Amino acid sequence: MLPLLDSGVTFEAILQQVANGVAKGSVYALIAVGYTMVYGVLQLINFAHGEVYMLGAYFSYYPAKWLGYLPEGSEKPKVPLLVIGGLFVGSMAACAAIGMLIERLAYRPLRNSSRLAALITAIGVSLLLQNGGQMLFGADPKGFPQFVEQESVNLGPVALANTKIVIIAVAAVMMTGLHLFVQKTKPGAAMRACSFDMRTARLMGINVDRTIALTFAMGSAMAAVGGVLVAMDQPRLTPLMGLLMGLKAFVAAVLGGIGSIPGAALGGLLLGVAESVVGTWSTTYSEAVAFVILILVLLVKPSGLLGKSGREKV
Amino acid sequence: MARLLGILVAAIAVTFGANWLLDSFVDEYVVRIINLCGISIILAVSLNVINGLCGQFSLGHAGFMAIGAYVSAYFTTTLRYFDEAATKYVAIEPMFASEWGFVPALLAGGLVAAAAGAVVGIPTLRLKGDYLAIATLGFGEIVTIMITNFEKVGGANGLPGLPPYSNTFWIFSFVVLVIMLSWTLQRSTFGRALIAIRENELAAEVMGIPASRLKVMAFIYGAFFAGVAGGLLGHLLQTISPATFNFMKSIEVVVMLVLGGLGSMTGAVVGAIVLTALPEALRDVESGLGLPGIRMVVYSLVLILLMIFRPQGIFGQKELSLKLLARLLPGKKGDK
Repeated sequence: MLPLLDSGVTFEAILQQVANGVAKGSVYALIAVGYTMVYGVLQLINFAHGEVYMLGAYFSYYPAKWLGYLPEGSEKPKVPLLVIGGLFVGSMAACAAIGMLIERLAYRPLRNSSRLAALITAIGVSLLLQNGGQMLFGADPKGFPQFVEQESVNLGPVALANTKIVIIAVAAVMMTGLHLFVQKTKPGAAMRACSFDMRTARLMGINVDRTIALTFAMGSAMAAVGGVLVAMDQPRLTPLMGLLMGLKAFVAAVLGGIGSIPGAALGGLLLGVAESVVGTWSTTYSEAVAFVILILVLLVKPSGLLGKSGREKV
Repeated sequence: MARLLGILVAAIAVTFGANWLLDSFVDEYVVRIINLCGISIILAVSLNVINGLCGQFSLGHAGFMAIGAYVSAYFTTTLRYFDEAATKYVAIEPMFASEWGFVPALLAGGLVAAAAGAVVGIPTLRLKGDYLAIATLGFGEIVTIMITNFEKVGGANGLPGLPPYSNTFWIFSFVVLVIMLSWTLQRSTFGRALIAIRENELAAEVMGIPASRLKVMAFIYGAFFAGVAGGLLGHLLQTISPATFNFMKSIEVVVMLVLGGLGSMTGAVVGAIVLTALPEALRDVESGLGLPGIRMVVYSLVLILLMIFRPQGIFGQKELSLKLLARLLPGKKGDK
C-alpha cells in the first residue's frame, strides 16, 4: 500500500514532481485537444487519436534517419534548428493528412449510423494503425536521435531538463495558437457552429464536411507535435506507445470538460501533475491515477471542469 | 423446467463423451483451439446480455475475467503450503488438491467477479453510451494495474503453476450452462425488460421497469460468467499474468459480439468461434506469405468494413434457428 508522508518524501521532492508533471501534462493537453475537438463536433471518441500521436513520432524518426541524424554509438549529431523545425512541420502535415484520411474513409460513411457503430469503427481504426505500425516499423523499440543535449536547468526550487522546458513552451504556444484560431478566425467560427448544431450550421452555408475534415487535421497536427516532443524527451518509440497515451489524454479531455479547448489544457496539466505526484510514492500506482480520476469525474461531474452541462433531450 | 434440466443433463453427458473422444483421437493442438473457442463462447454470450440485450456498452469484461482467474487460482494453488518432510505442496483444504475442488474454485472466482460487477455497476451504470464504455474500460485497467502491484500473486510477472484442470468437459459444461441460462433469460420477463431498456430506457421506466436495478443485475450476470471464463482460461494456460487480461482482451470479446450481431445469442456463439479459430487459421497464411502481423491487420480491417457495410453483424438481432434455416432453403416455404 501507499506509504504515508513520513516515508522520507520531502516537500521539495513533491515540488519537483509538480514541475515534471507540468511537462507531462503539456503533452496530454496537446493530445487531448484532438479528442475534445472531434468529440465536440461529432460526439465520437476518436480512439485512433493516440495512434496518430504514435505516427507523429515515427514521422519525424524516419526523416531524421534519412537525413543522417541517427546517432551511431555515443556520437551526438549536430542538428541545425531549422531541421528540427522542419521535422515538426513535416510530421504535423503528415499527421494532418492521416487524420483527414481516417475521417474520410472510416468515419464519414458512418456519420448517420448509430454512435455505437462509430465507436467500434474507431476502435477498429486504432487496432489497424497499431498492427499496421507493428508490420511497417517493426515491434522493437526505436531510439530517437538526441537532438538536444539534455541538461538540467535550475528554476528556483526545482530543476527541469531543458527538453522538458521546450515541451512546456511549445505546448503553450500551440495551445494558445489553437485557441485563438478557434475563437478569432472564420474557419474557427465554423467549427464552433458545427459543434453547437451541425444541421443549423449547414443551413447557414457552412461546408460541414470540410469543417469536420479541418477539425481532424488540426487535432492530428497537435498530436503530431506531442509525438515529436515526447520522442525528443524520451527517445523510445514503439507502435503501441499511443495506446495508453491516447487513453490518458482522453481522460484529460473528460476531466477538463469535453468540447472545451481550455478545458483540455487544464485537464492535461492536472492529470500530469497528479500522476507525477503519486509517482513520488509508487510509479506503478501512478498508472492507475488517470482511470481513478476518470471514474470519479464521470460520477461526480460528467461535464468536466470547464464543460457545459447539457440537459438530455427526450 | 424439467425439460430444460433434461436438456442440460443430456448436453453435459454429450460433453463428457466428446471430451473422451477428443482426448483419445484428436490432435492436441486442435483440442486446445476447441477449448479456447468454448471459453470465448462463454465470454461472448455473457457479454451479450450486457451489451446486446441490455444495450449497455461495457468494455471491462477482461477486468472481471482477471478477477475470476486470480481468485480461482488462489483456491487451486495458493491455498497450500510446502511440506518440508514430504518435500511437496500440501493443500490446506484437501478438496482443492484434487480436480473436485475446481468447480468450487471457479464458482468462487465467478462470485467475486459478480460482486465486483455490482460494485462497479451500481455507480457507473448511471452513465450512458460511450461514457459508460470508457468508464468500464477504466475499471478494467485499474484491475490489471492493481494485480501488477500485488506482489503476492506474482505482480507483473504473473502467477505460474496453475494445475491443468481445464479440459473440454469442464469448459463445455459451462458453455452449455451459460447458453441455456441466457436463452431462458432472454425469453423471460427479465430479458424482455432488458430489451425494453435497450430500445428506450425512458419509455421502459415509464412502463414501470426498474431500469437501474435491472441494468446492474445484467451486469452482475455477465461479470459472473466472465469470472468463470477467466478461471477456465487460467487453468487452461496454467500461467496468468495481468497482461493476459488487458484492454485488448475486452475489445476482442466486443468484436466477437459485433461480428455475430449485437443482441443475438447465436450470433455471439458464431462470432466467438470464428474469431477464435480464424486467427489460428490465418497463422498458416501469415507464415506462407512471409508477412508477420498481417493477421491482426486483416482482423482490424474486417471490423471497420463490417461496421461500414453491415453494422448489424452477421445475424443482426435475429437468432439462428432451424426455422430460420428452413426459411432460407430455396423452394420451401417455412412457417411465417
